[in-house]
Amino acid sequence: MARAVPTQRRITLSVVAWVIALLIFFPILWTILTSFKTEAEAVADPPLFLNFAWTLENYAVVQERSDYLRYLWNSIAIAGGSTLLGLIIAVPAAWSMAFVPGKRTKDILLWMLSTKMLPAVGVLYPIRLILINLGLLDTKFALIFILTLINLPIIVWMLYTYFREIPGEILEAARMDGATLWSEIAHVLTPMAVPGIASTVLLNIILAWNEAFWTLTLTTVDAAPLTAFIASYSSPEGLFYAKLSAASTMAIAPILIMGWFSQKQLVRGLTFGAVK
Amino acid sequence: MGRITLDKVRKAFGEVEVIPPLDLTIEDGEFVVFVGPSGCGKSTLLRLIAGLEDVTDGQIRIDGQDATRVPPAKRGLAMVFQSYALYPHMSVRKNIAFPLKMAGLPQAEQDKRVTNAASVLNLTDYLERRPGQLSGGQRQRVAIGRAIVREPAAFLFDEPLSNLDAALRVGMRLEISELHKRLETTMIYVTHDQVEAMTMADKIVVLRAGNIEQVGSPLELYKEPRNLFVAGFIGSPKMNLLDGDEAARRNAATIGVRPEHIVPSATEGPWQGTVGVSEHLGSDTFFHVHLDGRKEPITVRAGGEVDMHHGDRIFLTPDESRIHRFDAEGLRIP
Amino acid sequence: MATQHSRSAARVMMAPAVFLLLVWMLVPLCLTLYFSLLDYRPLRGTFDCCEGLGNYVRFVSSSAFQDSVVTTLMMVGGILVITVIGGILLALLLDQPIFGQGVVRILVIAPFFVMPTVAALVWKNMFMNPVNGLLAHLWRFFGAEPVEWLTNVPLLSIIIIVSWMWLPFATLILLTAIQSLDSEQLEAAEMDGAGFFSRFGYIILPHMARAITVVILIQTIFLLSIFAEIFVTTGGGFGTRTLTYLVYQRVIESQNVGLGSAGGIIAVILANIVAFFLMRIVGKNLDA
Repeated sequence: MARAVPTQRRITLSVVAWVIALLIFFPILWTILTSFKTEAEAVADPPLFLNFAWTLENYAVVQERSDYLRYLWNSIAIAGGSTLLGLIIAVPAAWSMAFVPGKRTKDILLWMLSTKMLPAVGVLYPIRLILINLGLLDTKFALIFILTLINLPIIVWMLYTYFREIPGEILEAARMDGATLWSEIAHVLTPMAVPGIASTVLLNIILAWNEAFWTLTLTTVDAAPLTAFIASYSSPEGLFYAKLSAASTMAIAPILIMGWFSQKQLVRGLTFGAVK
Repeated sequence: MGRITLDKVRKAFGEVEVIPPLDLTIEDGEFVVFVGPSGCGKSTLLRLIAGLEDVTDGQIRIDGQDATRVPPAKRGLAMVFQSYALYPHMSVRKNIAFPLKMAGLPQAEQDKRVTNAASVLNLTDYLERRPGQLSGGQRQRVAIGRAIVREPAAFLFDEPLSNLDAALRVGMRLEISELHKRLETTMIYVTHDQVEAMTMADKIVVLRAGNIEQVGSPLELYKEPRNLFVAGFIGSPKMNLLDGDEAARRNAATIGVRPEHIVPSATEGPWQGTVGVSEHLGSDTFFHVHLDGRKEPITVRAGGEVDMHHGDRIFLTPDESRIHRFDAEGLRIP
Repeated sequence: MATQHSRSAARVMMAPAVFLLLVWMLVPLCLTLYFSLLDYRPLRGTFDCCEGLGNYVRFVSSSAFQDSVVTTLMMVGGILVITVIGGILLALLLDQPIFGQGVVRILVIAPFFVMPTVAALVWKNMFMNPVNGLLAHLWRFFGAEPVEWLTNVPLLSIIIIVSWMWLPFATLILLTAIQSLDSEQLEAAEMDGAGFFSRFGYIILPHMARAITVVILIQTIFLLSIFAEIFVTTGGGFGTRTLTYLVYQRVIESQNVGLGSAGGIIAVILANIVAFFLMRIVGKNLDA
């Protein structure tokens, strides 16, 4: 039962919390603000907060100079593609682990997680070598495939924890009612699991979108997503703060919004169900 | 038609045998209750009949046809689960229609059967609601509705009332019995509650550790329990069991006498003791009596308004003709 | 609890996921293991067999390795201390009845969703730049000499940047853990005469213990392979070369595949030690 808290104490706590929250959020806010400044305003001394001439010019310039939309498309294709592929592989696997658990199910789940713990750098060279030999280096296909594999354990886990909450009796009822395996999955399981699948998809898109080891080391031009695009600002273009900000804002905005929507379910996915 | 025969049916999970070979025949139209303490294998037995578990050995026949390897949906049985197992994302109407849809019945026929079932079960006003918006009793009725629209050969109930509160349970018990009288379809009902078993069953199957301890009508089980386990399990409050000299005097290892077959008195009787806790239910009073020289108290039923209190001396007279005698193996001595 | 039919269906459905992950794990790892035993330098055309454990000896005995281990430990340790302590405090604060709790929560969580390269570049240029960075302005405002963050205190700078990104993670998970605490327990403790600090020490903290462990383990695994933040800020210079980055340099930049692969295997072993403990916690949770 929530109790009434003295108003004064509540106000004090609120002020403290808000100040800290705004400080933490400030770098993002500042980036967004700077993206609407001119380059001169961006480095003005003292810094300008809201009192500048708002302009969208940077966004236009960024697209014009570096073909932002191509990177964006690569990011969307890689994040979306790997999520979709991962889902197709993971849903049946999670289904069977949750509803037909065997003696080894637990071991398989843990083993899957352990592949996620493998430091990427340990296998970087062989992967590059294989991709070069297959002619797949710097292709979206290769990245989709690799990001699918990296995130597959997380997808399986999240779906598994959600599926496990669906009472087995419901599926048995469907079986008694004459549902085939397919209609059981299509008519009963999937509709019930929609919230779980949705948050799995969101988390996976976020992870794939922000993945910055494989995307930086396995792409050069053709398949480079936004992570690589931003990295190309490291110097000397990085000194053009307004353009860097515009590019950054465009790179993080979609994910920021998705992340805010999925924050409630994130914990479970990120801790493999160890914290709920 | 729904005559179900189990022929040497055995179930083992790996090394563990949960049901040793077992024979049982359930006649068409019978209301059979499987009863026993938790873990006795009664639910497993039901799930074997349903086809939700594989039979390890033996044969299950439904109306003479071998159904041992037939998948659950093809056995013509309907099941009501303990948790009701309603599909939370479907309306009541869709829930009830689901098995019909799966069977590919024409829409008009589906509608007709759903409407019928809904009126039988008083669900007509709730057809468009989701299960989450219904009370426990209503959900129970939806689950039953989903079962009856299929017009199955037999209904299987897996502890269907255990999630309801006491008052609703009594009501639903009556409704299910009503339904059985009207449909005259075979029903197999699993419960751990012997009161449910006694009030509903045509035939009770008492199970312990996968073994059938006794099969019979409620009154047979009450009057002539085959062994100590059944004697202790059937009847409420439980039968009093006494061993030692009282039993030896009657040529038995243990004797049993039900609380309702003992007459209490403030002045005379062969057994003497002290009144312990007494439970006044209005219509009846149950005394827990500490007999002299015995540790375990025995329970005695008295009329509603007997004036005796904690610590009073009490004299008891058992009805000798209704004392059950058991031998050292716990089997009934006729 | 199922029939034979559904059990075999289950096996079929699990197969693709298991098979793909098995291949993904084994093939490259075996190749790395193989390369680590060779003198393999593609740019010079060297591909000599049977180096044995020479690469391992050379990698481990190099001062670069020892430095990188120290750097890695300091980086991971620093970030863990900041994020865990900060996370506990923030979680306690956010658990209080504050106005606009939802919005505050969203603001605090936001940095976790920022792309690593964006976070690193924004901090590097717009905050830590000694001339135009906001921190420089702030220092000057108080009359102090601006710090040349990434040149003079590069390790600290990266720790700050990465902590900023991971503090939300720790906060979010610890907050969830606090909120799952039964409030009746706290009320019982209050009735028993426990003040705020006793309640924190005897009830809240033990309740959070597992969540804290999970946060530490998961972060450790991710932090051990920090890459992009170093890549775009210092490029591994100025004492910010972690083990991951060192291996990357050996394999990709100087193309000494044999030596780098040996380093990669060592990184795998170290990460597995951490993973082992995480697995035990997660595994225990599976039984519950």
